[in-house]
Amino acid sequence: MENSVFSYLPLAAVLISAVAVVFIILFGSRPNLREAVTLAAAAGKLAIVFSMLATVLDGKYPAITLFSLSPGVGLALRVDEAGLIFALLASALWLVTSFYSIGYMRGSGEKRQTRFFASFALCLSATIGIAFSANLLTFYLFYEILTVATYPLVTHKGTPEALKAGRKYLVYLITGGVILLAGIAYTYQVAGTLDFKPGGVMPDTVGISQLAVLFSLFLIGFGFKSAVMPLHSWLPSAMVAPTPVSALLHAVAVVKAGVFGLVRAVGFVLGPETLAQFGLAGIMSVVAGFTVVAASLLAFRQDNLKARLAYSTIGHLSYIVLGLSLFSAAGWTGALMHIFNHGVMKITLFFCAGAIYVTAHLQNISQLDGIGRRMPWTMGAFTVAALGLAGVPPVAGFISKWHLVAGTLQHQQFVFAVVLLLSGLFNAGYFFPIVYRAFFKQPAESLHSGEARRLMLVPILVAAGLSLLLGIYPDFLVHLYNLAESAARQVIGGIG
Amino acid sequence: MIHNVPVLIPISLIFFAFFTGILGVMRLRYSQLVAVLASALAFSLAVWGTFHVLNNGELSYSFGNWPQPVGIEFVLDSLSAFMLLVITGTGLILLLFPTKPGFKIEEKRGVPLYAIVLLLMGGLCGIALAGDLFNLYVFLEITSLSTYALVSIGSGKAGMSSFRYLIMASIGGSFYLLGVGFIYFSTGTLNMADVMNLLPELYSSPAVIGGAVFIVTGVCLKMALFPLHTWLPDAHSYAPPVVAAFLAAVQIEASAYIIIRMLLNVFTPEFMARLLPLTDIIGWAAAAGIIIGSVMAIAQTDFKRMLAYSTVGQIAYVGLGIGLANPLGITGALLHIMAHALMKSCLFLIAGGVAHKTGITDINDYRGLGRRMPWTMAAFTVSALAMIGIPPTAGFFSKWYLLLGSLDAGNWAFLAVILASTLLNAVYFFRLIEKVFAPAEPSDASARHPGELSPRLLAPVLVFAVLVLVVGFISVLIVNNLLSPVVQGL
Repeated sequence: MENSVFSYLPLAAVLISAVAVVFIILFGSRPNLREAVTLAAAAGKLAIVFSMLATVLDGKYPAITLFSLSPGVGLALRVDEAGLIFALLASALWLVTSFYSIGYMRGSGEKRQTRFFASFALCLSATIGIAFSANLLTFYLFYEILTVATYPLVTHKGTPEALKAGRKYLVYLITGGVILLAGIAYTYQVAGTLDFKPGGVMPDTVGISQLAVLFSLFLIGFGFKSAVMPLHSWLPSAMVAPTPVSALLHAVAVVKAGVFGLVRAVGFVLGPETLAQFGLAGIMSVVAGFTVVAASLLAFRQDNLKARLAYSTIGHLSYIVLGLSLFSAAGWTGALMHIFNHGVMKITLFFCAGAIYVTAHLQNISQLDGIGRRMPWTMGAFTVAALGLAGVPPVAGFISKWHLVAGTLQHQQFVFAVVLLLSGLFNAGYFFPIVYRAFFKQPAESLHSGEARRLMLVPILVAAGLSLLLGIYPDFLVHLYNLAESAARQVIGGIG
Repeated sequence: MIHNVPVLIPISLIFFAFFTGILGVMRLRYSQLVAVLASALAFSLAVWGTFHVLNNGELSYSFGNWPQPVGIEFVLDSLSAFMLLVITGTGLILLLFPTKPGFKIEEKRGVPLYAIVLLLMGGLCGIALAGDLFNLYVFLEITSLSTYALVSIGSGKAGMSSFRYLIMASIGGSFYLLGVGFIYFSTGTLNMADVMNLLPELYSSPAVIGGAVFIVTGVCLKMALFPLHTWLPDAHSYAPPVVAAFLAAVQIEASAYIIIRMLLNVFTPEFMARLLPLTDIIGWAAAAGIIIGSVMAIAQTDFKRMLAYSTVGQIAYVGLGIGLANPLGITGALLHIMAHALMKSCLFLIAGGVAHKTGITDINDYRGLGRRMPWTMAAFTVSALAMIGIPPTAGFFSKWYLLLGSLDAGNWAFLAVILASTLLNAVYFFRLIEKVFAPAEPSDASARHPGELSPRLLAPVLVFAVLVLVVGFISVLIVNNLLSPVVQGL
């Protein structure tokens, strides 16, 4: 759908937060006005993204091509179901996170807040750009902007530890970026196009060696950002950043951009059918299955709450990667839904961790005895999200996991069904002791703090409520199931 | 009138060089003004000429109306139009930078300064336009002579490094002249088009092969292509900032242009790439240079010296594109000439501006400058990202064409080198970005309270930074209109 009013919607969705960056810097000395800009941009972005939902569900895809980046490859945006899921996730959570950030940053008296909010807004522009890119080169452009724009957030505290984490972050992600670039250039060489097309763009003449090289380049390139083991270790280190940034990294933008890249590479460039034909899916499933189990086991060993959440993220991202590698409609539906559901649930957990840090100044799980009695609402929300990640109905995690397991069974891959079910137990194993500790143990004498401040508590409750709602009624508001199912059907096509 | 454009550009620059020299005796300020006007004139002529070439094809001018191939000829085609835009455009912005921080020179000593700069630009434009091999030599020597003078006004060991450059560049020039001699004895002509026509019958002649080898070696020396780069780090780091920018941005690039011109319009790709392994040798030397230049840059603590080593690596990108000798590779090489001119000029001007304002030259003292000089450091960040090759800056797109060119040639080693170099560049530029935006106070005592650069220093810096982004966005326009006609013959 080119050349209609709708064409400009994706562009507006990308640009609104980039324009906000200018105003955030301009109003740097007037915090209230500056935060108003962030909130307005976040609300505007959500509204614009949401307004495209009905059109896309109708099977019409708003698209716009601005100018050429390389001969035959334009800077082009196109909104389809998969992209819309990612964009809805990012823009909805940005709005929630914005409220929370204001509470967090002011509550913990952070410095350099203008730089923080400006970088945050730029990250969101890049994320929406990634979601709506119509070809690999446009995708790469936004992908690298995201890498660079997140760097000031990771190093926000400016301490030697933060700078070290920043260095590690850059080394990992720029390495992933160049490997990805090699994959993109080679795709252009092999296929002569970089456009995304459901089912892939590989010509019939493509050989096994070419395809294997491309597949490895994409898998490793995106593997860095989606923290697939053994390429994950930047993510726990980056936990040194302020909690809203961790939320952005884990739930909203960065790692999800990596996973979304795999969605595009596997489903829209290489094509599941082509990959299955050459039997290349196995390696991806094995890596993802290994990561699911190993990350869960490592999560047990973390006493720092945010570090435990980080390892949990690594495991859950590989749920998604595993779902994509199954090449079945149910697996893809589950994977796409899990992008959204995991985001909502994980952000709830990070918000809780941040609220505990700002309110009670605690970071370690061993210190959390009785915290639930002081902060009942916060820990109540924590419990809901933890149940969801363990896959307990009726929280959102159950729905996506259901489809993932169904996806494994579609092709009789029982091993991976076992991996998923086992991982549910692990999740319960590393989350429930926290809940137990919080509610059933006696609080320490020194623990006098009360509930988190309202600007943080409301976002926590909204996110937890959303996880519940999406679990009970997955088509609530965002038509998550419809979008995921329709995208999966187009991509998987003949394979069934 | 329009047929005189090719000749008017270098001649006007050289004429104004004379005029500026006389004015400089009276007042240095006036001579800068005249130099800026002269380069603005040259730039407008270059733009005009470019549009003429785009619409009506190439222009040529014969001196004294002597018919070709006997007479001296200037040719303005897409390739030379592109180079003229880079040379005069970059030169114009560089000349706007104030004299004292730019050349680190007191007014009274600077009498012939702008005359020499205009002479350098005139020489470079002459190289871009020369239609015969001997004239090219003349202009090459004009640029080298003015470079000796300009480098020697720098600080520290500038005199010594200028002398070293003189020795090396003279050897390079002699090699080139020797090669031209061989070609002249074999073909009996110096006109490039004529040589190209006569050459196919002489492909196996030892004199022609020897001539080609001498010419390419000589020019590679002037281009500082690894391993012939040893004179560059000293010359570029001791030269005053604006001079260093001129050298890194347009002077060595003109030598790269000569090799491309030889490849396309004198010796033919058939001869240089397929009968002789000349381009292969250039390509592999460049691949080594990319890595070694970047590694050496990581080892430096002086900002300008780091930039100088970075130039060794970046000019090798151009060399790599030439080595590929396919349309995408040459497109990448040419685009990188433009991108590098803009980003390296920006960085050298920042080095000069910061040194002038605060006395800081060591990168460890850049700590905390981001808060004191937000605009300067924003421009620095944009150029640094372009050097690394992060989209959507100009540096990314040249790299993109080089990658495609490597794949087209089936050369995965070159692909790996370009990508590895991206990581190495990221190491030494992010190291600096990290320091600049770290919360610490500036460490040097004299730098305790530096403010933003004054507008006259800041303006050229910001113009370059904006151009780095603009060229990124319009790279396809440049490629489709100016560069694709150039590489058609490959």
